[in-house]
Amino acid sequence: MTASTAAATGHPGDAPRHTSPVLHMDAVLDDPHTRIVVCCGSGGVGKTTTAAALGLRAAERGRRVVVLTVDPARRLAQSMGLTELDNTPRLVAGVEGPGELHAMMLDMKRTFDEIIEAHADPERARQILTNPFYQSLSSSFSGTQEYMAMEKLGQLRRSDEWDLIIVDTPPSRSALDFLDAPERLGRFLDGRLIRILMAPAKAGGRSAFKLLNAGFGLVAGAMTKILGAQFLKDIQTFVAALDAVFGGFRQRAEQTYRLLQAPGTAFLVVAAPERDAMREASYFVERLAEESMPLAGLVINRVHRSSAPFLSAARSAAAAEELESRGEHELTAAVLRLHAGRMQLAAREHREQEHFASAHPTVPIAEVLAMPEDVHDLAGLREIGELLAS
Amino acid sequence: MSARDTDWDGVRLHVVTGKGGTGKTTVAAALALALAAGGRKVLLVEVEGRQGIAQVFDIPPLPYEERKIAVAPGGGDVYALAIDPEEAMLEYVEMFYGMRRAGKALSKIGLVDFATTIAPGLRDVLVTGKTSEAVRRRDRAGRRVYDAVVMDAPPTGRITRFLNVTTEVAGLARIGPVKNHADLVRGVVASPETAVHFVTLLEEMPVQETLDGIESLHEAELPVGGVFVNMVRPELLPEATLDAAADGGVDPGELALGLKAAGLAEGAAGASEIAEALAAEVTEHARRTALERRERESLALARTPQYELPLLPEGADLAGLYELAEALCSQGAA
Repeated sequence: MTASTAAATGHPGDAPRHTSPVLHMDAVLDDPHTRIVVCCGSGGVGKTTTAAALGLRAAERGRRVVVLTVDPARRLAQSMGLTELDNTPRLVAGVEGPGELHAMMLDMKRTFDEIIEAHADPERARQILTNPFYQSLSSSFSGTQEYMAMEKLGQLRRSDEWDLIIVDTPPSRSALDFLDAPERLGRFLDGRLIRILMAPAKAGGRSAFKLLNAGFGLVAGAMTKILGAQFLKDIQTFVAALDAVFGGFRQRAEQTYRLLQAPGTAFLVVAAPERDAMREASYFVERLAEESMPLAGLVINRVHRSSAPFLSAARSAAAAEELESRGEHELTAAVLRLHAGRMQLAAREHREQEHFASAHPTVPIAEVLAMPEDVHDLAGLREIGELLAS
Repeated sequence: MSARDTDWDGVRLHVVTGKGGTGKTTVAAALALALAAGGRKVLLVEVEGRQGIAQVFDIPPLPYEERKIAVAPGGGDVYALAIDPEEAMLEYVEMFYGMRRAGKALSKIGLVDFATTIAPGLRDVLVTGKTSEAVRRRDRAGRRVYDAVVMDAPPTGRITRFLNVTTEVAGLARIGPVKNHADLVRGVVASPETAVHFVTLLEEMPVQETLDGIESLHEAELPVGGVFVNMVRPELLPEATLDAAADGGVDPGELALGLKAAGLAEGAAGASEIAEALAAEVTEHARRTALERRERESLALARTPQYELPLLPEGADLAGLYELAEALCSQGAA
């Protein structure tokens, strides 16, 4: 594909890189100061595969890498020769080179349980772990996944066992949830609401009453009516137990947030060359800038190119029509139609990329050509890694 | 509803899910247009705050209010609603308890934020609850306000949990008003008046997720609808050529002759250069097609009605939506 790519960039209508700088992926991966790479982007753009391919490449270039994924993609685990991924980093066999690759998949409930077990005495931990409210919070609440992904990232970083951590972000409602959710969960668990909910559990709830005086009766009454008394009681029990263990959920969220802003973290926004994905990527780039998060660049997956870029869609279609009208060379006519379609697709993808580049001219871009088949093994991941770095 | 011979007669709530990147919102929009065709009234709802419907129809962001956004072929109306969980919560509190003020107070202290953001179990009940309400709503004469409701639902990976509200809130609220509301919603979502459709591409991961999603809906006893294969490319090459090409067996010599006949190449060297490049393209295309054939066979195992939507060369713009709606009508999906 290299020769044809070179040919493609030689054509004026097909030179996508004249506006955007090139993202030098190897420079990012090789830099010993790079300790965390965060892959983010909307769903279905190949984030997890990108993360795994980068992990493999970094390991084969000598780094000790762990890839933390939140996506329970069995096929990806299989492509790394692991039957399944779990909450503990597993060594990936078959890495060629001086480094090491480990892979793990976030188990948010397990991670949450571990935090509780680490911070509470056994009796208190049991109280929390068996609370129905905790069980829902830890296993199905959105926001928990993002929070725990960040928590796990912090743990991995603190352990200092790996010199490069590559993480992909949860397939959220919006690509930004992983930045917002930890703060939200922290705000909830440390917030005013919790103090109000806890009021009856404390001695007479006097402090909360003082805080809110008459308004409290109205609120408490409404909550009981809407949520039900049992539900409220479960929350109160949970919060009281949790509060006694440690109060600083919000503080932890802020710590992770600062870790992400620190030098040594590199954000990669991953996209596909389609309108929605590129729009989301634009939005993400802007948001990362607002939050002072260090952006390394944009990865555009599944880019289509033609091996014959010098033959335009229009000429190709016209020639096909000509042959069809004459009833000659059916095969050539069909192949020309195919080519015309491919050139159109490439042009459309190129336009999407131009839109992005004109809005964000300084963001470096790496393109990965579309492969006819999905990745099934390390060789496939290695190939993607090469495309990412080329 | 007037008799119209489609695969989903009697279905009033169409839930459309799909893996990210498959074009779920576009298909939901096209389905709404197709269902409205011929003078009906259809509501298209979105539930994830992404304003995807506004983008697809190229209109300003939708408020939390049902408004007409498109006219269907043959005169029918598509209304749209972006459900905001916080607004839905306040509406719910007001509707069932007549407590607008208390609702506002709860909102202030962060309870609504908590319930709608951190507790998706509750959030999902509110969102599906609002949708069910639109499905059941009747006017003064007792007629249904909407002939059908189409929901642009969360992605395949989350769909069962999203719809399986009773189970999801069971851990949270075993009794009480939340539980009662969830039971009511379940009554609509699990009924034969509902169908959950999957949008997929002919690629490995989306197909696998679709099959997994269908299985998990079956397990949760939720009604599985059809599979919508999106972005299908027309096949230009005869099967024999494709089979040969997959093994790299396209004859550049033959292509070169055709290119010369079409006046695309000067001289033998030019023709053979283009022919080689095109042959490489055909080989790649043939491999892709072989994979698509395998994926189609996998999808057939799901034993649900399947519809094919063409790849729109210029992307899914408004004209494209009508084209897709037409394809859905002609295949009996609406």
